[in-house]
Parts: sequence; structure tokens; C-alpha cells
Amino acid sequence: MSPAATNQFGPPKPAPAWLGWLAFLFFTFAQVFSLMTSPADAMMGHLQKNMYVHVPAAWVTFGAFGVVLVASLYFLWKDDERADLLAASSAEVGSLFCGLTLVLGMLWGRPTWGVWWSWDARLTSTLVLFLIFVGYLSLRSFVEDPHRRGQWSAAVGILGAINVPIVWMSVQWWRTLHQIQSSPRGLAPEYLRGLMLNLAAFTLLTVWFIWRRYEAARYERAAEHAAQAAALGGYHG
Amino acid sequence: MAFRDDVRRIRAIVWKDLTTERRSKAGFNSVASLGVTILVLFGLALGPDGPALHDAAAGALWLAILFAGVLAFNRSYQVELDGGALEALLLYPGARWAIFAGKLIANLIFVTLMLVIVVAVGIVLFSVDVPASWPQIVLIMMLGVLGIVSLGTFYAAMSSRSRAREVLLPLLLYPMLIPVLLAAMSATKALLFGDVMNEAGAWMQMLVIFDVIFLVATFLAFEYVIEV
Repeated sequence: MSPAATNQFGPPKPAPAWLGWLAFLFFTFAQVFSLMTSPADAMMGHLQKNMYVHVPAAWVTFGAFGVVLVASLYFLWKDDERADLLAASSAEVGSLFCGLTLVLGMLWGRPTWGVWWSWDARLTSTLVLFLIFVGYLSLRSFVEDPHRRGQWSAAVGILGAINVPIVWMSVQWWRTLHQIQSSPRGLAPEYLRGLMLNLAAFTLLTVWFIWRRYEAARYERAAEHAAQAAALGGYHG
Repeated sequence: MAFRDDVRRIRAIVWKDLTTERRSKAGFNSVASLGVTILVLFGLALGPDGPALHDAAAGALWLAILFAGVLAFNRSYQVELDGGALEALLLYPGARWAIFAGKLIANLIFVTLMLVIVVAVGIVLFSVDVPASWPQIVLIMMLGVLGIVSLGTFYAAMSSRSRAREVLLPLLLYPMLIPVLLAAMSATKALLFGDVMNEAGAWMQMLVIFDVIFLVATFLAFEYVIEV
């Protein structure tokens, strides 16, 4: 019996290949375009170009964790295991981009501020967010029973999401030296165009990653169900 | 009166947990000793310079309480796992939150007793001059412990029943406790140095807000983590 056939929701809708190609090509285009068209910044020189990857990575990180929060709440409310799998897929992709945000920020911070790291509110809360979701993913890998794993990780995901603004607030009080948040209005149009293009490209890429991961998670779960049913003697062959 | 029944349940659980602890003693003694040992290690890492130790006293105290407390949280559920005691506890009639409240209060008493020992040793080892505002420090300690214990009791309900419980609880708990620890450490430190910047009151307010948020969140979420 095929794994998908034992899934109570039927086989998952596969992520279309064209979406992956589109995301990849658009991403390449956005990168090349923004690197070619933006002049060197008066203050930062070509270092400024780090913004085209750092800022979109941060934005999609928060987007992905927003999906974790909503999917976790929905899972606790409706007990739909697809929401649990979506939350898990989103958390994985979100952690990836969160790590990328931190590393790219450090690469920019070293030449600009002279230090790899500063203990300001945004840096620290991004790092804490990363740690919370490392914990979330570890919890998932340490719990065998799928339903228990879903309930527990939903609780951890929701509490983690509540914690992020609280960490931000507390660190803000503790110490702050980060530059004023760069808003699109403060940017010259030649920079803004590249940033917006990259934001769209990163979003597309994230959607593609999460979708693919979700698809795989659905098959994994179906295999888990099948193994469980076979162990209970429900299926023969 | 349903509520009065819940209060009786909570009291029963607190009494049960404390009796188990009182009769074995091994748990409390080892956790309190660990707290003291951690303080000694901090002293070695930061000392022997007097002023440096004095500066770091607040942070070292809180971290010693945190590191030793984590062991207490897992223990409080681990004793329930032998002989299916937790299942029996869940089968009794009554609200789930009563179980959480009972465990939380028992842990609160346990950690507070440990804190008394650790603080006494800390005052000696880190040459802390107890300031005139010590009642405020006691209040901050109670608020900080409440925050640590509420989240610790909640996360231990999961970690103690998973594989790798020793590593999972700190991994989940420490990042969540950053706001509480930061507020508690900063307030304690400010008061130890005479609160010249007048910031201790603001940190205390934040601590109260954090405690309320985390208490409400853990009480609401507990039902989802204990039933499965």
C-alpha cells in the first residue's frame, strides 16, 4: 500500500516545478539587477549591497515565523495535522533564513561598526528568536508520538512567538545602540528598487521552500501512519 | 463550589510533592549543593579580585539559581512517571490547571528554599554589602523566581516525558527566560549599588508584567501539553 493512500487527507498537492524555476530565475535576476544598478553608497560604499540580502532575509524570517504562529494556533483549535506540518516546515525554513540574517548582519557589522556583534535589541531578539526555534525543532525530533509532537510544538511555537516582542522590549531597555530602523522612505529610489525586487524574490523562494518541505512532511507523516497501522496489525503487505 | 474543590486539589498536589521531597531529601540537598557549587565556580572564573566579584554578584546569583532550578523542574515530573502516577493524576476529576498550579506552588517553595541557601552563600563568597533596600531585593527575588518557576514547570511537563530530557529543558527554557532574567538581574544589580539611576522600580514593574504574561500563557497552554 502506498504511503499516500493511508493519509486521511489524500496525497498532498505537489509544489509545481515551474514555481521553483520562477523563484530561482527571479532571485538571480533580482540579485544581478540590484548589484548592477545601485551606485556605491556615499558612507558605506559597496558594503551597502549587503542590504539586498540581509533585509529581505530578515523580512521573510518574520513572515515564516508568523506562519508558524498562525498554523500552531489553528492546529490547537481544529486539531488538523496538516497545520502542524505546515508549522514545522515553516519553522525549518524560517530558522534557515534567521541564521542567514544573523550571519549577513555580522558580515556587514564588522566593517561598519568595527564589531561582529552588538548587544542591541534587534540583534539580541533575532538571536533569541533563532534559539527558540532551534529548541522548537529539537523538541520535534525528540518526541515520537505525532499527536503529542504536534500539541507540544504548537505550544512551544506560540509561547516563543509571544516571547519575541518581550525580549525586544527588555533588551531595548537594557541597552541600545543600533542605528534607526531603515524605512523604505529613507532610501533613494535606486536602492529601493533593488530592495523591493529582492524582497519579492526572497518571498517567492521562501514560499517554494516551505511548500516543498511541507510536501515532504506530508509523505513522512503518511509513512508514520502506515508504520503505526502496520504495527497494530491493520495492514498486510 | 467548583473553585473551592480546585483549591483543595491544588493543596493536595502541593502537599504530595513536598512530602515526597521531604521524605527523600536527596533531591533538595543535591540541587541546593549544586547551586552553591555553581557560585563557587563563578567565583573562580571571575575572582579573586574583590570589586570584580562584587560587580558580578547579581548575575552569578541568578544564573546559579537558574542552573540548579532546572534540575528541580524535571524532577517534579519524573517522580510522577514511575508507576504511571501521572496517568492516575490525570484520571482524577478536576481541572487540569489545578495540577499545574499545584506543581507550580510546590516548585516555588522548593526553589525559594534553595534560593535562601544560595543567596546566603553568595553574600559571603562575593563580599556583598547588604543594602538598606534589602526588602526590595527580596521582592525582586520572589518575582524572578515566580517567572523562572512558571515557565520551568510548564516546559518540564514536556521535556520530562521526551527523549533527551536533560538537554531539551534548558534548550527550550533558557531563551524563553531571557526577559525575566534580564529584568531580575538588572534590578538586583541596581539595588546592590544603591540604585543611583533610579531604575530598579521600572525593572520591577517589567518583571511583574512578564510574570503575569507568562503565568497566563502557561496556564492556558498547560491543558494542551499535559493531556497527550
